[in-house]
Amino acid sequence: MPSTTELLKISTQVRRDIIRMTHGAASGHPGGSLGCADFLTTLYFGIMKPDPKNFTMDGTGEDLFFLSNGHLSPVWYSVLGRYGYFDFHELGTFRMLNTRLQGHPSVHEKLPGIRMASGSLGQGLSVSNGAALSKKLNQDLHHVFCLMGDGELQEGQNWEAAMFAAAHKVDNLIAIVDENGKQIDGPVEKVIDMGDLKAKFEAFGWLVIRMNGNDIADIREKMLLARVARGKGKPVMVLMKTIMGFGVDFMQDNHEWHGVAPNDEQTVKALAQLEETLGDY
Amino acid sequence: MKEYTNTGSKDTRSGFGEALLELGKQNPDVVALCADLTGSMKMDAFAKAFPERFFQVGIAEANMMSIAAGMTIGGKIPFTGTFANFSTGRVYDQIRQSIAYSEKNVKICASHAGVTLGEDGATHQILEDIGLMKMLPGMTVINTCDFNQTKAATLAIAKHIGPVYLRFGRPKVPNFTPADSEFEIGKAILLNEGTDVSIFATGHLVWKALEAGKILEKNGIHAEIINIHTIKPLDCEAILASVSKTGCVVTAEEHMMNGGLGDSIAQLLIRENPLPMEMIAVNDQFGQSGKPEELLVKYGLEAANIVKAVQKVMSRKK
Repeated sequence: MPSTTELLKISTQVRRDIIRMTHGAASGHPGGSLGCADFLTTLYFGIMKPDPKNFTMDGTGEDLFFLSNGHLSPVWYSVLGRYGYFDFHELGTFRMLNTRLQGHPSVHEKLPGIRMASGSLGQGLSVSNGAALSKKLNQDLHHVFCLMGDGELQEGQNWEAAMFAAAHKVDNLIAIVDENGKQIDGPVEKVIDMGDLKAKFEAFGWLVIRMNGNDIADIREKMLLARVARGKGKPVMVLMKTIMGFGVDFMQDNHEWHGVAPNDEQTVKALAQLEETLGDY
Repeated sequence: MKEYTNTGSKDTRSGFGEALLELGKQNPDVVALCADLTGSMKMDAFAKAFPERFFQVGIAEANMMSIAAGMTIGGKIPFTGTFANFSTGRVYDQIRQSIAYSEKNVKICASHAGVTLGEDGATHQILEDIGLMKMLPGMTVINTCDFNQTKAATLAIAKHIGPVYLRFGRPKVPNFTPADSEFEIGKAILLNEGTDVSIFATGHLVWKALEAGKILEKNGIHAEIINIHTIKPLDCEAILASVSKTGCVVTAEEHMMNGGLGDSIAQLLIRENPLPMEMIAVNDQFGQSGKPEELLVKYGLEAANIVKAVQKVMSRKK
């Protein structure tokens, strides 16, 4: 596994990509993307390590990742590009006409690395259940990872999926909830208070792990822990605390950066805080 | 008029159940999911024979559709089973994003479509499902007419790569298509050759169209009767060939006029060959409780209604 310092170098470049992509498109969702940059970088480069050159829709023989909160497309595209699924210079086409990098992830445009469209919220955990069952039927011992938002848990389908995973003992499924406590209309607890998520998922029959999503060392440790929990008959839920907008001081912990792109001046200010570690696209 | 014999009335859903069991034996990648309607859907035989490939999802149709989409990743061919209402309207967004837009090989199998669901009433009698499904890019839409055809269609869609909506029903209806004939997706079936009018029917209304054809024949009207089991992709060639001979059209379906088979054929004709046309369908209203046969009369979906529509459309011919 790459060292924590090496992973941080990559996630810093990913953050630059997120700022430049949303600025270039004058739209998109930088807040949640910045918050999840450390996690998604560590997941691909340190935990899953899939083969980017031989991408198949079936994904047999490797770990799979599904992004349920599809508006985090900037961070996913950047990690996919930097990991080698496609030439990272293509990141510059984000949200442009005829791009493979649609506003929300799609398979229709055949971007390698993506197996399911997302954007309309609440479907990813069900999809991941399906992919995990398929792996079990195929006696494929790899894992299925699914990233969701905390606000997204307000969609009822997630709880259908949570019930199903426990009832069918889908223990090769690892779900990660990005607990940044923010959604479009404000703090999650003010919009619809989600209460004690750990108690909720435990009551649903899941094994729950807490993780700091902006601490690469903690991500490495807890994701490996989540992985070894396999085969115990329970799906695994990782409650991942993050700070929305992490890495850019004026965006941090502010729900107003959920779906707004930085302007020219803000972009200069943001990039000054993020070192160009791997070369911009 | 060509004779068709009812070899014994059966429900179309039983044709689905028999074929699903056969598919389970033929293809280890076929899996089935059901939302607490295993008996009504006739999926119990598959569930019993292949418990490791049968997934009881409970009363959670949205979850079922997305799970099915996920199972295609890894090469499974999922068949979902619930009533037509819960297979479409209830889960439209799941089908749209995770199945149609994501180009997943899911077979959405829907029973109890239309008013012939009967006594349960309008909450369960969906008449909009064909319209909802045909609007989705890449979705194949099939509405079968009897037990044999439903069985054949179920076998055929397993071999087709891409999302399919297969619609069938609850009541026992005449079984008249040949047993064990191959089902060709998108290929209309000419049931009776005629010269005066083209009747295009789908689902339960195909038998009604044949009954209407007999009555018309007695009155000296030679109706061409065509079974359009696949609403999408539509067999445009067969439809245009028929109307160029007959010069007028009646469509018949147990569905809303908006969005149904008649609507698809009208779109085709208005572009290619505008001709007098009448539509037998439910016109902008919900169903209600009652016996299936009573409801077909109430909503004007009987042979007599087709006969009247033929007389009207022929009077409009120039």
